[in-house]
Amino acid sequence: MSTLTAQRTTAAPAAPGRSPKRRAPKRRLRGEAKLHPVVWVFVFAVMGFSLIPFYWLVNTSLKQGVSLSKGELFPSQPTFENYLAVFQNPEFLLALRNSVIIAVVTTTVALVFASFAAYALARLKMRRKAMILTLILSVTTFPAIAIAAPMFSIWREIGLYDTLLGLIIPKLTFALPLAIYTLTSFFKEIPRELEESAYMDGATPFTAFRKVILPLAVPGLATTAILVFISVWNEFLLAVTLTTSPEARPVPVAIAFFSGTSEFDQPLGTISAASVIITVPLVILVLVCQKRIVSGMTAGAVKG
Amino acid sequence: MAIKSLSPGRGVNSRGVNGRDAAERRAAIRMTAPSLVLMALVAAVPIGYALWLSLHQYSVRTAGLSRFVGLENYITALSGPHWWAAFGQTFLFAGLSVSLELVLGTAMALLLNLAFKGRALLRTVVLLPYAVVTVVSAITWETMFAPNLGLVTNVLTTLGLPGGDVVWLGEHGYAMAVIVLADVWKTTPFAALIILAGLQVISAETYEAAELDGASKWQAFAHITLPLLRPAIVLAAIFRTMDALRVFDLPFVLTRGANGTESMSMLAYTQLRENRLVGEGSALSILTFLTVMAVSVVYIRFAGGNIREVAKEEQ
Repeated sequence: MSTLTAQRTTAAPAAPGRSPKRRAPKRRLRGEAKLHPVVWVFVFAVMGFSLIPFYWLVNTSLKQGVSLSKGELFPSQPTFENYLAVFQNPEFLLALRNSVIIAVVTTTVALVFASFAAYALARLKMRRKAMILTLILSVTTFPAIAIAAPMFSIWREIGLYDTLLGLIIPKLTFALPLAIYTLTSFFKEIPRELEESAYMDGATPFTAFRKVILPLAVPGLATTAILVFISVWNEFLLAVTLTTSPEARPVPVAIAFFSGTSEFDQPLGTISAASVIITVPLVILVLVCQKRIVSGMTAGAVKG
Repeated sequence: MAIKSLSPGRGVNSRGVNGRDAAERRAAIRMTAPSLVLMALVAAVPIGYALWLSLHQYSVRTAGLSRFVGLENYITALSGPHWWAAFGQTFLFAGLSVSLELVLGTAMALLLNLAFKGRALLRTVVLLPYAVVTVVSAITWETMFAPNLGLVTNVLTTLGLPGGDVVWLGEHGYAMAVIVLADVWKTTPFAALIILAGLQVISAETYEAAELDGASKWQAFAHITLPLLRPAIVLAAIFRTMDALRVFDLPFVLTRGANGTESMSMLAYTQLRENRLVGEGSALSILTFLTVMAVSVVYIRFAGGNIREVAKEEQ
């Protein structure tokens, strides 16, 4: 298909001599290959599909009253009332606090545990390594309800129901294997020579890990932290099952139970404003860390 | 891979191969043990307890009062209409959304693999929905389809097309369509990136050879790109299916499970939390768990050749 066009242009400069040293296929020409008009239509369709819902969410959040219920394409009287209402809502602020605490603590704990395990799985000789990796990967596919249901009963008996700690613990069930899996593929990419020389100097695996691998793995650790953070922040089922009061509810649950500013108002305006507020930081995160996120999402998925 | 190319270096160690090996294996166990113990505590123990709960019946009036009833909760769940309805709806949702995500994801990946001005922008734009919390994705599509204030409903009404006066979330087929759309919007980027990674390892030489043989672009796509992309597509399919079968957030926010959109996870949640049926709720969670695990086993057994290869290489 049109992929070919791109590849031909890439290969063109190297073609005359048929030199065996061709550019890696990954790095395509940075220039502008002429796209077929039909392909442009696809490009714009994809962009529209991705962006229009965002536009509509923001649009809805800026409207109140009649202009909201008429569904104006452009808000005739844009207002920030919805946003003010959200920020004056103590439950939403509590939920933000809860989400930050839960996501930060869960991500940190998961990364500390996972970095050791991932190093062993990526580098050290070990029995039943494939089995352990499969086991870890399979935990990421567990339906959360199978954890939430029993936790609901256990936590109510021992008093952890509706607490932040009571959410952090089950969230580790999914954060930890995700962290191990992602980190393992990052650790594998670090060249082994450096550790080898550490071993020659008599280092134990622990010191090699601490002194050689960890400093080199900072980008991988950062990427993993971002991915784990997003997934913990996003998680809903455990959060909704194991909390009942605003004191422990994280943001997604708070928004799901959001009702408008007043009973006469269409609540979607306020709910949209709250949604925009919690989406902006994540969108910025994606814009800034795009490369990292992409490399983390596809790490280990396809071998290069 | 890296492991093979580096093994020759091992013999050079001064302490000898065997001593180093044993030390390595001991260190490996000590490094993985904390994670494995923690995972056993937060994953295996709860699931074991859910199994135990599902075999008992609980008094609604007196807390903590229970009696062993064997498989009765499972029989109740499996013989009633709710489980099978939820089962069917979950698979319908997964089938629709994952197929759409794979087709759209492949198209997006092909676009992102082109060298053109604006590719970086396209990649950023495509990635944005992935950053959205699922609950927000549901709310976004609720605003799109809401009666009167929704964009889609307004556009349909203005154009005089059918569907403008439909309460989308109030009817089964329409509600399912919105739920599928919300999922496709948020998660297609994930499928696209996995498939793009697969696309980028197909070498230009392969295409040049095909071109020399006089293959058309379409032939090259059908006979080279697609077969070579198969492992990446299968991988995206596995990840996406496992996720789709656990669907909960979208129907929870969009319909609360009304109009026949209740998923397996939602049904278990409702029985457990809303109806306080600990025994039946636990049995339903175990059934959901077994269903998802069965699908993953089937996937890996019949479609996951590449996963098995990866696993082999790990050994």
